[in-house]
Amino acid sequence: MKKVWLIIQREYLTRVRKTSFVVMTFLGPILMASVWIVPLLLASRSEGTKIIEVLDETGLFFEEFKETDDAKFLYITDDLQTAKENLGKSESFAILYIPKSSYATPKAFYLYSYKKPGLSLKMYLQESANKILENKKLQDVYGIDEQTLASVKSNISLVVEDIETSKKSYTEISWALGFIGGMLIYFFIFMYGAQVMRGVIEEKTSRIIEVIVSSVKPIQLMLGKIVGIAMVGLTQFLLWIVLTLGIVTAFTAIYADQIDKYKMGEQPMSNPGQLFPSDAMGMPDTQQGLEALGSDENVGQIIDVFFSINYGLIIFTFLFFFVGGYLLYAALFAAIGSAVDNEADTQQFMLPVTIPLIFSIIIGLSFVLNNPDGSVAYWLSLFPLTSPIIMMIRVPFGVNIYTDLIPSMVLLVLGFLGTTWIAAKIYRTGILMYGKKVSYKELWKWLTYKP
Amino acid sequence: MNLIQVENVTKRFSGHTALEGVSIAVPEKSIFGLLGPNGAGKTTLIRIINMITAPDEGHILFAGRNIQPDDIDQIGYLPEERGLYKKMKVGEQSLYLAQLKGMSRNEAHARLKVWFEKFDIGEWWNKKVEELSKGMQQKVQFIITVLHQPKLLIFDEPFSGFDPINVNLLKEEILRLRDNGSTIIFSTHNMSSVEELCDNIALINRSRKILEGNVMDIRKKHRSDTYEVEISGLNNMNLVLPPSCQVLEKVESEGHSVLKIHGFLNHKPNELLAQLIRQVDVHAFREILPTMNDVFIATVNAAEK
Repeated sequence: MKKVWLIIQREYLTRVRKTSFVVMTFLGPILMASVWIVPLLLASRSEGTKIIEVLDETGLFFEEFKETDDAKFLYITDDLQTAKENLGKSESFAILYIPKSSYATPKAFYLYSYKKPGLSLKMYLQESANKILENKKLQDVYGIDEQTLASVKSNISLVVEDIETSKKSYTEISWALGFIGGMLIYFFIFMYGAQVMRGVIEEKTSRIIEVIVSSVKPIQLMLGKIVGIAMVGLTQFLLWIVLTLGIVTAFTAIYADQIDKYKMGEQPMSNPGQLFPSDAMGMPDTQQGLEALGSDENVGQIIDVFFSINYGLIIFTFLFFFVGGYLLYAALFAAIGSAVDNEADTQQFMLPVTIPLIFSIIIGLSFVLNNPDGSVAYWLSLFPLTSPIIMMIRVPFGVNIYTDLIPSMVLLVLGFLGTTWIAAKIYRTGILMYGKKVSYKELWKWLTYKP
Repeated sequence: MNLIQVENVTKRFSGHTALEGVSIAVPEKSIFGLLGPNGAGKTTLIRIINMITAPDEGHILFAGRNIQPDDIDQIGYLPEERGLYKKMKVGEQSLYLAQLKGMSRNEAHARLKVWFEKFDIGEWWNKKVEELSKGMQQKVQFIITVLHQPKLLIFDEPFSGFDPINVNLLKEEILRLRDNGSTIIFSTHNMSSVEELCDNIALINRSRKILEGNVMDIRKKHRSDTYEVEISGLNNMNLVLPPSCQVLEKVESEGHSVLKIHGFLNHKPNELLAQLIRQVDVHAFREILPTMNDVFIATVNAAEK
């Protein structure tokens, strides 16, 4: 046991001292924080107001476009040719040309400019134009006046409440937590599993392995390596969280004013949440959902959102499946490393190990996220090779502890013991085998060898 | 007393037998040569003694009782294919490997300092292994092998990769270790070093032991009635020898001749000597014992037939 501890220490210290570890540890949080900070910076820093000349042949849009910080509108009456010629001389950014048409036959509008407009500008113009046209139709064709129009506008948010606990839950938050949890486990297993494999190959190719197994049992070395690298991963993960929170907090404190301005802003153009059409990416629009709540009279709901989630359970299951999933796969990666002479030969064995992982993440992010209580989600969250990712996606939506969580955890422990047992058998033979192209048949034989 | 006793060990891998009923006895405080052609099963036997692999049949006695997992700390092993962690510093790595053998960090540190001084590599302590020459790495590995003062040392081709000066340094250290009470198993193809160092040997061929015993005894047993004589006063005469004898080699210089004579004398050289004395002046007369190289080749060839 003392020897395993020595191995864990070595595996941990040599990796933590590496430059690549230090770089990744500091770069990771900067990247993660920037996901949050960059949109804020972009939003708070206006690109300068663009003047759009509106050449409206229909006359329906006169003075109808709402001005924002980013776009001002100038209504012109020149013909298109002259307007185009004048554009280069003026400060205007583009000409929005609305060809003559009736309500019933809306044609495409045209935007003429020297530089391509940004996506958000394009979206804004398109949405505004549609809205204006719709309102006009309602008013002119159906005779609905402006007041009526304003009074029928509604802004409903769906509040989901659990009957038993009478806790409110917000699918958007669960969705985001499931997504992040699943992805983290996926990357952690891949990154650190591969490190275990490379470590085994390094010991084999440098031939130090024979010296070490004349001091400790192969399984001690294997477990020491797996645990040591797990601790490297957990260290990195914790540092990432602390540093990311630190950067975000510091940033928030410094730029508090701008953020407030941004949060108050109602202009769709300065809203990064709508920079891309959310439906096209298949994600529910969390931003919008929250904003809807924020702008609603029921501000208390915002607080409910964060208390609706059982964080204790999520953190516990995350750590459990994080570590359990890693241990299960790391043993398999160690076995692969032991069976080959160099990294190039790992391909043929990598595939069966990585397929369940990739399968989990694909099914998880497409299917399970949208149907977290379905039977596919249930069975995949029981099966040890897929459960770490799938269960992590399901947990934020709420799972039954006795019928779902505990069986899955027991199976994961059994699965991890099973893969370690198999891996240890392959490992102890493989590490001393050189210059032989190993086949699956050969691996099967190793499983039956006496130690 | 025997420190290691291998009893009837058989080890099979799928498709071939690496060792077949091998028994050897390694006396305490001696140097034991484990010889044999490539692929004979030496490395498998060494790994079994090291408890890296377990035998299918038979067992190993360590100091008279069945070998225990804890005995591993009493063994130092220098494998033929040497290697260290390339990116790790020499000192740190030596400490780590010493601790894996059960030494305390402080004790390992103190002893390492002494050895590094002795091998003149003190300034390498904080260098990474990959910055060292191959010979330097070998020295470090040798030190790591012997540092915990194990009862049993196993050296697999210890001299490969060393220059002659360092080979001598190593030989001296190996002999000193033996004199200080270590038992040494020494596997090599270098037969001259076997004659120089080994007290006993075992020869393994095609997974079976075909010869074992004291080096001098074995050489005497394999002697072939070959004698070297130095004579003078031959003066172009024809030397008359007993009928069963013939000259294998003759080297002349300044009136002296050195002859290598082979005869079927049943190890009674007086007949030859008596005949020589009558004809010429005899300056030297000695029996040539076969080298271990000759014994090795002869025994292996005989076993192949």
